[in-house]
Order: sequence, then structure tokens, then C-alpha cells
Amino acid sequence: MITEENKQGLFFMHSGDASQPYRYTVGTWGSKFLTELRDHKQFYGIRCPKCKKVYVPVRQVCGPCFTEMTELVPVSAEGKIVSYTILRFQFLDPETGERKPIPYGYGIFRLDGADTNFQHFIAVPEDESRLFIGARVRAVFREERRGSLRDILHFELVAD
Amino acid sequence: MSAAIVGVAYNRQERRNIRQNIAEMVYEVTTQALADAGLEIRDIDNVVTVSNDFWDGRTISSMAVQDACGSYEKNISTVEGDGTFGAFYGLSRILSGEYQTTLVVAHSKGSESDMSLVTNGMFDQFYVRPLGVDNLISAALQARIYMDTFGVSEEDLALVSVKNHGNALKNPKAQIAKSITVKDVMASRKLADPLKLYDVSPISDGAAAIILASEDFMRRNPQKFRPVFIRGAAFCADAYDLGLRDLARAPALKKAAERAFQMANIRSVEEIDLAELYDAFTYMELMWYEGLGFCPEGKGAEFLKSGATQIDGKLPVNASGGVLSAHTVVAAGLIRIIEACLQIRGEAGEHQVKKEVRNAIAHGINGPCGQSHCVFVLSKEA
Ligand SMILES: [Zn+2]
Repeated sequence: MITEENKQGLFFMHSGDASQPYRYTVGTWGSKFLTELRDHKQFYGIRCPKCKKVYVPVRQVCGPCFTEMTELVPVSAEGKIVSYTILRFQFLDPETGERKPIPYGYGIFRLDGADTNFQHFIAVPEDESRLFIGARVRAVFREERRGSLRDILHFELVAD
Repeated sequence: MSAAIVGVAYNRQERRNIRQNIAEMVYEVTTQALADAGLEIRDIDNVVTVSNDFWDGRTISSMAVQDACGSYEKNISTVEGDGTFGAFYGLSRILSGEYQTTLVVAHSKGSESDMSLVTNGMFDQFYVRPLGVDNLISAALQARIYMDTFGVSEEDLALVSVKNHGNALKNPKAQIAKSITVKDVMASRKLADPLKLYDVSPISDGAAAIILASEDFMRRNPQKFRPVFIRGAAFCADAYDLGLRDLARAPALKKAAERAFQMANIRSVEEIDLAELYDAFTYMELMWYEGLGFCPEGKGAEFLKSGATQIDGKLPVNASGGVLSAHTVVAAGLIRIIEACLQIRGEAGEHQVKKEVRNAIAHGINGPCGQSHCVFVLSKEA
């Protein structure tokens, strides 16, 4: 704890660099999802036996049906932009604690074969007008993959 | 059985309150709300605090204000979410018949932490949080899809900023008050396309408190109350995962509003005299008009341009300056309730609307992109 005092004699205390680390359990389906991304660059969804909706990323329960899902189905690493933004303001990257270089893109995508939308970075082309809702995109994977969402570097526009 | 709001208070919202810690802010609004109601702390039989552990940087953050809200040796419980949800919980207690008076108090100090990291913490830690998405980035996605779906322009969004920052000029408790034009909004710093600085609510410190009382309590006590009656209240949650939602629409708000209006026996928008809505971003105010049924879907911008929601319009929205002018996160929804009450009582001060306010709507949201909505119908008459 570091104390700081202002001109009026009011004190502030800094929490310091101490972190509060966790070891989150990813669960059965999430572990399979991340294994397939890491080992085969393959996206998987999970299908609801009632409404037939395919969820990407995977989860155990279809909320609207309150039904357990057990059927994994492969989905494409390609899809289309549902919405996107270009960041012009620097934020701390929670993964690295560093400020992320700007501009960078963030998007929400519908992968072919999925019925839900998947979020990730989107590479910003020099001509920004090439980004639009409905544009075709594909996932670009890292060479070194560790079983995390960041095994995907970003999505990029599919050249037509 | 019904319930009324008999005491209200909130303090000046500011970017960085260096004079008061959290408990000191809470004590200020608690004592002011008691004074407003003409009650003593011993008259309060239970307390609901509203706080968020991430923003406060401690667990069981409500206990940090135990003394300050007078809950010692009382039934105290906490809502982690917007203040409107805390008020709903307080209302449920009164309506149970077991409680006579509930103090609901909310606090938030956005200045003490990093907004982006705190709001990143609300997302799924496996598939979303590692990407660094926060409140602003998710809102930018929603703004874009709303605009694309209904053909809304950035200039349309800017009109909300012009209206609400202008209204804030007459509210001494608002944080960002200024006379600006659409051009100024368009020229403000780009943050996350299509959102610019003036489309976005600020980081704020503040606290708010209300006192709810049962009809029975008001009958048994000789004080001259200025009650504002709660005629309807409802909330509804949409999917947590943004990937499962139709981000261009607010179906959860539609459901919450329908239930609240039904309870209050409100049959038409014409019966509503004023609304205080949770406009954390400009586009949200337009979407919430539509969700509340003030206008048809996709017509929010047209409704605003008609002048209806201006302070002298037929349905003034955010006469106080709204959340765009001060965003005290979990306190912000409770402040919407308080502002609606003051307008009904005719005590809003310089930003009091000219016409009589018989029925007012107060609205709060919780979760990313307005995941959950809480709607209150407040009235002069029971
Ligand atoms: Zn289903």
C-alpha cells in the first residue's frame, strides 16, 4: 500500500501491484472446443436436441429450451461480420497488462454452420470502408497455440 | 396493498470526489433522504444497499457502508446491479407485508479504478474476456448494428447528446453540462467507431438513496408525507452472451415495460408525462424509446426529431441531463427514480418541466448492452 497526500491534506491509498489470481475450470465442452482449436484449427459448435440451434462457442445448456446439449458439430472458420468497431482509444489489454496499439478492430461474427455469434478481433484493412456488416471473414490462427481463445490471432476479410 | 417513495436524495455527481470516501457519500445521502421524508433512522425497519464489488475493489462491498446507512442491528441485504433493481427488491419487501419502511441506498466511485478493466470483468472469462472487450467496445458493436438495421446516422445519435447535455445545464448535480451542437458531437474525439466522446457517458462518483413506505405506515404516522406512489414495476433479462442476442432491439425492455404498464393500468403512452431513462450512450436513448413503446421500432430518431422528448415536449426524456451527463453506474438508475419523483412533486428545481407530471417512467439497466431492464411507473395518485 502506497499512500499519497494532496495539497489539502487528503490521503489516497494505492492498491499496489498485488493481483488476485484465479484458476478457472473451463469444463467438459469448453475443454473440447479449445483442444480442437489448438490441435486442428477447427471450430466446433454444440447443437440443441430440441430447437436444433448450433451454439458457438459451446456450452452445456440451451437457455431458451433449458435443455442439455451433447452433440458437437464442426463449423467453418469462415463467416460474415454481424457488427464491428474500430478502436481509436488505447485500453489496457487484460491478457498482457500492456496498452494495445491502435487502431484495431473488434467484431462479432456469424460462422457458417453456427446459429449464434462469435466475438474476436478483426484486422483493419488500409481502406477501412472495406469493413461492413455482412462482409466475409475468416479466422487467422497463430503458429504457436496454447489452448486459449488467443490461439486465434484475429479474423480477416476474405479477398474476393 | 401499495407502496410509496417518501424520501429521496442524491449528491452532486462528479468526476472525482476527493473529499468523501464511499461510506461518507452514503452517510450524506442517507441523512438527506431521512430529512426529506421527515423520518429518523429508528423509523427504518430494513435496508437494501446497492453496490458492485469490482467497482469497490472489495468483497461484500455493502458491509463497507453498514454504519453509514444506519443498518446496524437491522435486516440488511444487498443488490449487485443497478439501483432500480435494488428499489424493486425494497418494494418486494414492503409488499410482502412484513416490512413498513425500506431504505435503498446505492453508491459508485468510478474514479478509483480502471473502467475498461472493471467492465471487462463482467464478461465470460473463457471466450470473451481475454479479448479485452469492455463496456465501450460492446456498446460500439450495438450502436453500429442498430444504425445499420434502421438507417440511423451518427448525426441522429448526436441529437441525444445535444439535448441531454443541454438539459444538464439546469441541473446543479449533473457532472457534464454544456451547450453543444451536432457539429461539436461529430467533431469530438473518436473512441470506438461509431461512438465519439460526446456519445459516451462519463466516469463519475456519486450516491443516491430512497425511502419506501407502506400505506399502513403512512396512515399510522402523523408526518406530512409527499408520497410518490409506485403503480407498476417489472424487470426482465435478455441473454448474457452478446452472441445470442438481437442487439438492434431490446426485447427484454419491451417485456418489462408491458408488465409494468399492465400493473399500473397504463393503456397508452399518452398517459405518461415524463421519463428518466438509462442513456449510458446516445444510441441507447433511441433504442429505449422503442423498447418502451414511445414510438415504433426503428423510429427513435424520428421521435426525438419531432421534439416530443425535449424538456418542453409532450414526453420529456432525461430533463435532468440523464446518464450521459453523469454515470454513477449502480446509483444511476436510482437517480432516475429520484428525478422522476422530484418532477412529480414539482420540486426538480430549474429543470422542473412546465406541465403537471402525474405519471412518470424511471428505467435502469444492468449487464452489457442493456441486458436487463427495470421499469418503474411512478404516480402522483395511488
Ligand atoms: Zn434449444
